[in-house]
Amino acid sequence: MGSFWSTNITKFGQIFEAIAIFFAVLGVIFYLAGRVKGKFQRPLAILVLLGPALLLLIGGLVIPAIQTILFSFKDDTSSKFVGFKNYAWVATDPNIHSVLINTILWIAITPVLTTGLGLLLAIFLDRMKRESVPKALIFMPMAISFVGASVIWQFVYNYADPKQPQTGLLSTIVRHLGFTPSNWILTSPLNNFLLMAIFVWVQTGFAMVILSAAIKAVPADIVEASALDGASGFKLFRQITFPMVRSTFIVVFATMVVTSLKLFDIVRTMTGGNFGTNVISNEIYSQVFTKFNQGRGSALAIVLFLLVTPILVYNIRNIRRERSIA
Amino acid sequence: MSNKVIAPVASHDAGRKLFSSKIAATVVWTVTILWTIPTFGLLVSSFRDKQSIFDSGWWTAFTHPHFTLANYHSVLFGNTSAPGLSNGVLPYFVNSIVITIPAVVFPIAIATMAAYALAWVRFRGSDIIFYAIFALQIVPLQMALIPLLQLFTGGAHLGSITLIPKLGIAGKFAGIWLPHTMFALPLAIYLLHNFISSLPKDLMEAAHVDGASHFTVFRRIVLPLATPAIAAFSIFQFLWVWNDLLVALTFASGTEEVAPINVKLASLVGQWGSSWEVLCAGAFVTIALPLVVFFSLQRYFVRGLLAGSVK
Repeated sequence: MGSFWSTNITKFGQIFEAIAIFFAVLGVIFYLAGRVKGKFQRPLAILVLLGPALLLLIGGLVIPAIQTILFSFKDDTSSKFVGFKNYAWVATDPNIHSVLINTILWIAITPVLTTGLGLLLAIFLDRMKRESVPKALIFMPMAISFVGASVIWQFVYNYADPKQPQTGLLSTIVRHLGFTPSNWILTSPLNNFLLMAIFVWVQTGFAMVILSAAIKAVPADIVEASALDGASGFKLFRQITFPMVRSTFIVVFATMVVTSLKLFDIVRTMTGGNFGTNVISNEIYSQVFTKFNQGRGSALAIVLFLLVTPILVYNIRNIRRERSIA
Repeated sequence: MSNKVIAPVASHDAGRKLFSSKIAATVVWTVTILWTIPTFGLLVSSFRDKQSIFDSGWWTAFTHPHFTLANYHSVLFGNTSAPGLSNGVLPYFVNSIVITIPAVVFPIAIATMAAYALAWVRFRGSDIIFYAIFALQIVPLQMALIPLLQLFTGGAHLGSITLIPKLGIAGKFAGIWLPHTMFALPLAIYLLHNFISSLPKDLMEAAHVDGASHFTVFRRIVLPLATPAIAAFSIFQFLWVWNDLLVALTFASGTEEVAPINVKLASLVGQWGSSWEVLCAGAFVTIALPLVVFFSLQRYFVRGLLAGSVK
């Protein structure tokens, strides 16, 4: 127990040490750079304020991304160039086909479910008086890690041998409905949808909260005016409310597509990518860190990047348009 | 609404609203209950003993109440009979704190500086830099992990010339703070830029007329005014780092010295022979702090999310 405390005090000491050094260095630089007057004042300010961020971004994202492009044309240990061999493997390997199909299933299904359900809840919340408790509870899974969520849901999906009592919620419900529960997580392709349910459970609250804020931001007099004109219910929503939250809806949808494309933790924790549930993010990790094939892992990372790029282009065009209006 | 013509319409409208709000409330509460049950079931189970968890579903626990804290004791402080748990998860919990605090403070400090420079020290090319930084959000972490790990362990070389010496921080806390800081910057700069660029222009100009340098303006005016945005993003980043698996798996290995609790939980799930009582309690220890942060600071967290998604 004694060593436990001394280890932890040393660890906590590292927090204070790191933060103290960080701010001491910043403080000294700020003090010195702040004393400079004249024509160097502005360039120096830019260098000091923007420099650290640019340095970290170039070192941490730009250069590694370029290196990954290079790695994707090299062999497993990155020692010699192999041309498009890794990409040919991506295009022809049957295992990768199932990985890509699963990934496409994920981006085809989960964004629709999370954003759709989130929108429905946001509309209904708008009509409720006491919305804070349900809102907080539906939003709560956002604070839980995907790993934690996976444990929670493994427990729901738990399956026991027919001779033993079923303690999983899903198995029990299915049995009460008169069916025989199966070993959920091992049953392909059903297991893919069970994993997606976890994602929906975590992310719907996010969509709901954002869309709820957007709906509340629709000016009340517009809604009242069209209600007086006889619009009601679905018509009111379709003609007035939805057009006004459309841009938010699209942003949330795009965020969901990107999140589900990059999804790693749920698959890693629930199945490790086995039983026909593998997705691209998990396969990248497996290629690099368990099969030690840097070339193939990098080629897959590039594929992932290419899949995300259209959304990026769309988002940038959106921001530019909004900025030019503002 | 004192107009006599409108008044009856309004009350008719109120009647319709009352009806549909009942349906709305029913749907919302149904989803709320569905959404809460899985977590609640795990919470109940974490207080049941091994045999009860094996014998019956958690919902039966209320008819034969028999609860225990033993699971939490063995998960926190160790249990030599449970695989992978001889020292408990407490060291990993401490690691998570040690990883998270600097991994929140560093990127936010650096991003606030950069956001101010891009918004108020404008120069030729500052717009392009802003868009380029925004675009970096989309680089999948998987693309950066391998080269970055090599940089940490081997340095960077051009032929025989060493450009960057090996940093020697792989497997140390600094080796996790640094990638988290790097990966957080694009979103942090974007969000904080949104906020800081909307501060009143007169304020900045008045300060400059009084002879204040950019550093003085940054510290005396921008930092205090940007506190709500900084708080909002801090919570966001806290949850992100605490809940991260990929970065931690890559840079922290799995050891008790540096690995965070989320990695430990993931390895317990994968461990042969891990039993439910361990996983239930372990999961709750892992998610306890984020849940406390979430429920107590939810308002700020929502504000941060909104700033990011709706602009």
